[in-house]
Amino acid sequence: MEMREVISTGNDLAAEAAVDAGCMFFGGYPITPSSEVMHTISDLLPEVGGVAIQMEDEIAGIAAAAGAGMAGVRTMTATSGPGVSLKAENLGLAQMAEVPLVLVNVMRGGPSTGLPTRVAQGDVRQARNPSHGDYRSITLCAGNLAECYTETVRAFNLADRFMQPVIVLLDETIGHMHGKAVIPTVEEVKKGIVPRKTFTGAPEDYRPYGVGADEPAVLNPMFQGYRYHFTGLHHDAKGFPTEEIETCRKLIQRLEDKVMMHTDEIELNEEFMCDDLEENDILIIAYGSVSLAAKEAIRHLRADGIKAGLFRPITLWPSPAKRIKHFTDKVKNVLCVELNIRQYTEEVERVSSRLDIQGLYKVNGRAISPYEIVNKVKEMI
Amino acid sequence: MAFNYDQYLRLEKMPTLWCWGCGDGVILKAVIRAIETCGWKQDDVCVVSGIGCSGRFSSYVDFNTVHTTHGRTVAFATGIKLVNPDKHVICVAGDGDALAIGGNHTIHGCRRNIDIKFIMINNFIYGLTNSQTSPTTPQGMWTVSQKSGNIDPTFNACDLAIAAGASFVARETMLDPKKLEKVLVKGFQHRGFAFFDVLSNCHINLGRKNKMASAMENLEWIDSITTPLKKWEALPEEEKKNKFPTGILKHDEEAKEYCDMYKEVQAFHQGKRKAITQDDFAKKI
Repeated sequence: MEMREVISTGNDLAAEAAVDAGCMFFGGYPITPSSEVMHTISDLLPEVGGVAIQMEDEIAGIAAAAGAGMAGVRTMTATSGPGVSLKAENLGLAQMAEVPLVLVNVMRGGPSTGLPTRVAQGDVRQARNPSHGDYRSITLCAGNLAECYTETVRAFNLADRFMQPVIVLLDETIGHMHGKAVIPTVEEVKKGIVPRKTFTGAPEDYRPYGVGADEPAVLNPMFQGYRYHFTGLHHDAKGFPTEEIETCRKLIQRLEDKVMMHTDEIELNEEFMCDDLEENDILIIAYGSVSLAAKEAIRHLRADGIKAGLFRPITLWPSPAKRIKHFTDKVKNVLCVELNIRQYTEEVERVSSRLDIQGLYKVNGRAISPYEIVNKVKEMI
Repeated sequence: MAFNYDQYLRLEKMPTLWCWGCGDGVILKAVIRAIETCGWKQDDVCVVSGIGCSGRFSSYVDFNTVHTTHGRTVAFATGIKLVNPDKHVICVAGDGDALAIGGNHTIHGCRRNIDIKFIMINNFIYGLTNSQTSPTTPQGMWTVSQKSGNIDPTFNACDLAIAAGASFVARETMLDPKKLEKVLVKGFQHRGFAFFDVLSNCHINLGRKNKMASAMENLEWIDSITTPLKKWEALPEEEKKNKFPTGILKHDEEAKEYCDMYKEVQAFHQGKRKAITQDDFAKKI
């Protein structure tokens, strides 16, 4: 793949990635620490004939984005945790009506207003199910500057593949980090775009939601002769409200299965110095900006003769259950490092069937330093 | 020859969920006639509705249709319209939808003056959820959430729309469908945010407990609280408070439309994207 070196920030890279991935609409609302995504995309989208609009609130930001998604274009919104709380309602509609969109969440300290300018990873659990009801959220998490770009691009492709919102988690540290990143060229990104499926038959034969049991809806762009219906209600193959028992059951089961039967297309992990890990070594599980400190810590630990490795999920939800189990079955000492309290540790416990997972958690708005991880590991052994 | 609605209806969805005698059907027919008068093709029209009785409007008409979350019609419509500035986007919302939970979106749709046609079906009550107070429920009326009589002051939706900057504001009732249709056509042909406060009956959930249990009694009450703008203007100040003026209350053809303004934004940004290369960064420092 042809790559390029750039110097930028995480938030700017997310905006650049969106435009390169063919995004044509952005609906946003100012919120620290994600506002720069809106600032940058407001410059970039008009130039390519797209639209970026600052709406009256977070709810309207995602509603406008979802509206553009219904109309048929690639669309995005960006926010932070408090904004996701407000957007949850329309994220739910987009899940139910199967509207592809990308939501970038640059995480800050919570709950509530929390620590607006400080780093946290407190929205990991929220990202799993932001709103009520049964569906599977797809959540990606950038662990370095380059991934702010590549994961945003991937989010757009996954959104169109699975016809649902995809959440990209950045955190304040990565979003505001300024430095060099090696990212694919725009041409490479364009080559990788897989647009959403459309129906080309006769309008009277069109069944947007009448798809296979594990397939996403096939939603044609609006205004092109296929007049159908979007709704947040349980709906039939044509998209119209229904309470028919089997139709309702099948719809919700399909929302589950379209994701869970195809997790191999979504899963992405980094396994850093994991190849040589044995039973008595150390496995660290971390994601986002914390993984940068974890890698540094592993280098120090290895220099001191302690063999440690990092398993880093890049797709957080659905979780890479099999891969986590593979490592937690093999390595005795497992340490989860998170800027929250046990939000992903609980998932590791679930998929590993182990309750002795160790944790290093920080919730004071400050980053975890490599030395804290080194010290924790030395306590463990 | 009588107007044939079949082409515009999803006949397989009939009968509607609306109660016998409900005004929503009269309004739906007026909207369809207005669309035909404007010469809009069905494929070029998008109808966006919210939650409530009016929310079902979108599923009965054969256009591109969207049934959104409660109160958010304008926000969704804004996204749809901005990426399709040449298509026609109509919002249908109830009084609770438009003024309570969606009040903020209504205000800002008006303020932006985006070319959306916003039809607020105002039946003075939350009908679908059985008689709770709405922002337009008259003071003193019985509601299931205020059984001693509503104490909340009443919202004047058109005053709000005018103040917020909508360039076309009108109020009509479903008592005179021909007149309603005419006003709708005027607003549809106007480029900018068109706000319609369309007074309708809910004899089931408003009327029954407020001494107007039949549709006719409910409609007579609507007739008694409305008067054409010209007549309203001639009323003594004291009496003006008790009546809603009907007709076109504002029609500003000079106001700039939002999609048109955004084209200027797009023009401004042409050729301005900077490559985020290391070379550029080196030059900057």
